[in-house]
Amino acid sequence: MQVPTKSIHYGNLSIYFLAFSSGFSIMCIELLAGRILAPYFGSSVHIWGSIITVFMLSLSFGYLLGGKLSTHAASLTRYGLIFIVAGITLLPIVTSSTWLMESIFLTIEDSRYGSLVAATALFFIPTIILGMLSPYSVRLLVKNSNESGQVAGKLYFVSTLGSALGTIITSFYFVMWFDINTIILSVSLVLSFLGLVTITLAKIRSNTSQVNNQEGISHA
Amino acid sequence: MPNFLCKLLFNRYLVISLCIAQLLIMQSAMAKVIHSERSLYRNILVEDKGNLRCLKFNVKSNKTRQSCLMKDQPQQLVFNYTKQLLTALLVNPAPKRILIIGLGGGTMSNTLHQLLPDSAIDNVEIDQSVIKVARQYFGFLENDKIRTFSQDGRVFVKRALLKQEQYDWIILDAFNGDYIPEHLMTKEFLIEIKTLLTENGMLTANTFSSSKLYAYESATYKSVFGDFYQVTNADSSNRIILAGKSDLVSLSGKEQLSGNMTALTDKLQGLGVDIKQLFRNIKSTKSHQNWPDDSPVLTDQFSPANLLNMDTE
Repeated sequence: MQVPTKSIHYGNLSIYFLAFSSGFSIMCIELLAGRILAPYFGSSVHIWGSIITVFMLSLSFGYLLGGKLSTHAASLTRYGLIFIVAGITLLPIVTSSTWLMESIFLTIEDSRYGSLVAATALFFIPTIILGMLSPYSVRLLVKNSNESGQVAGKLYFVSTLGSALGTIITSFYFVMWFDINTIILSVSLVLSFLGLVTITLAKIRSNTSQVNNQEGISHA
Repeated sequence: MPNFLCKLLFNRYLVISLCIAQLLIMQSAMAKVIHSERSLYRNILVEDKGNLRCLKFNVKSNKTRQSCLMKDQPQQLVFNYTKQLLTALLVNPAPKRILIIGLGGGTMSNTLHQLLPDSAIDNVEIDQSVIKVARQYFGFLENDKIRTFSQDGRVFVKRALLKQEQYDWIILDAFNGDYIPEHLMTKEFLIEIKTLLTENGMLTANTFSSSKLYAYESATYKSVFGDFYQVTNADSSNRIILAGKSDLVSLSGKEQLSGNMTALTDKLQGLGVDIKQLFRNIKSTKSHQNWPDDSPVLTDQFSPANLLNMDTE
């Protein structure tokens, strides 16, 4: 009996760690968004208005979608898949932001609406995906309704802690050490890698639990 | 009441009133804040100190760069750096279209209009409150020759390029020492500025001369304009970069420069500017490069200007 409880415990820890990573990524990207938009839309206050609006809006949709998704056959494999999708949807920021912002700049003269449209085009979808991870994590962690509040509390704690660290480390150090594209590409790769590891671990765990069950049967 | 007590009290009053009088005298020499407001971007203060009226951003910092004018001689340029900016006139004494990015009190615009009444001047300032304060407290003049745009400098330049506008002289004065708009210091921005210049056009930028940023910024300017001129003072913490679309020396040889100087000397004397002295302080980076060749260039991808500026190494 001891072995499975311990493995569940490690499983929980890794989910908390994954939620931490998603919080970190969201704020890292949001902070860089200001710098990405500045060459085309400036650094007036309304640029941050656009960015924060888009991030809040997409997170709210992400929470809704993630919760909905978790009601059908929730699994670690699907959870890992969300990470991979998040990593992939970040890539257009690196590959296409220049021409996207250029064409938006040409069509919309008012830099308030220009920045709002550009922020939507670049950050809306990846942030929705990243937002889906929080409710999905709750679904994977909660085993009975009694502990649900505590689990949700812990999860908000780690993911918001991740956000705080993502903000400070990006603004204090990353921008000093790396190009913006390098940072975003790294976030994308790390998220995809975490997703792959999660899926692999889920596979191994389902295999070993089968083996354990079989061994249990044979010993009996 | 005994007599000596009265005397004591009287003496005391005398001392106190003398003190008060002294304080009042000191007060008049001390700065008096006549207007303060919190804009979207900063704290704005207008201070009167005797004959001097100054615009200040964020009081507590000593680094804060201000715009000042003398109330009885508003046409006089108070700060060294504003005088240094005028060295561009040595190369082109009659710029027809001038763009000023960063308004301050609007003193530069006023001075240039007085000096070149036929030239068109466009002022760009991100902060609407600064424009208001310039109009209200610094006599910032606007007419059919002088326009003001409340816009981000980078966005203005990009839009101007789209409209295929050109300027003979661009003055970049958007750095106040406390906070640097990082997108106004990158290679991409300078290329846009260079494209916006006419064939003989010039850029003068009021920038930094201390901190780690110096080398990065210099390397960035050199990567876009090639060798450029710098005007520095021994005592001030800023420098003026003077760069042209074409090579400034071949553009106007030394003889022409000194010819322009003779014509300008009297005109600028009235503004408190000794152009001969400034001319002596102009150095080409061809012969006086004081930063390492391998300094990184600032780009839209990499521009930690504010972090670099904190590093005074």
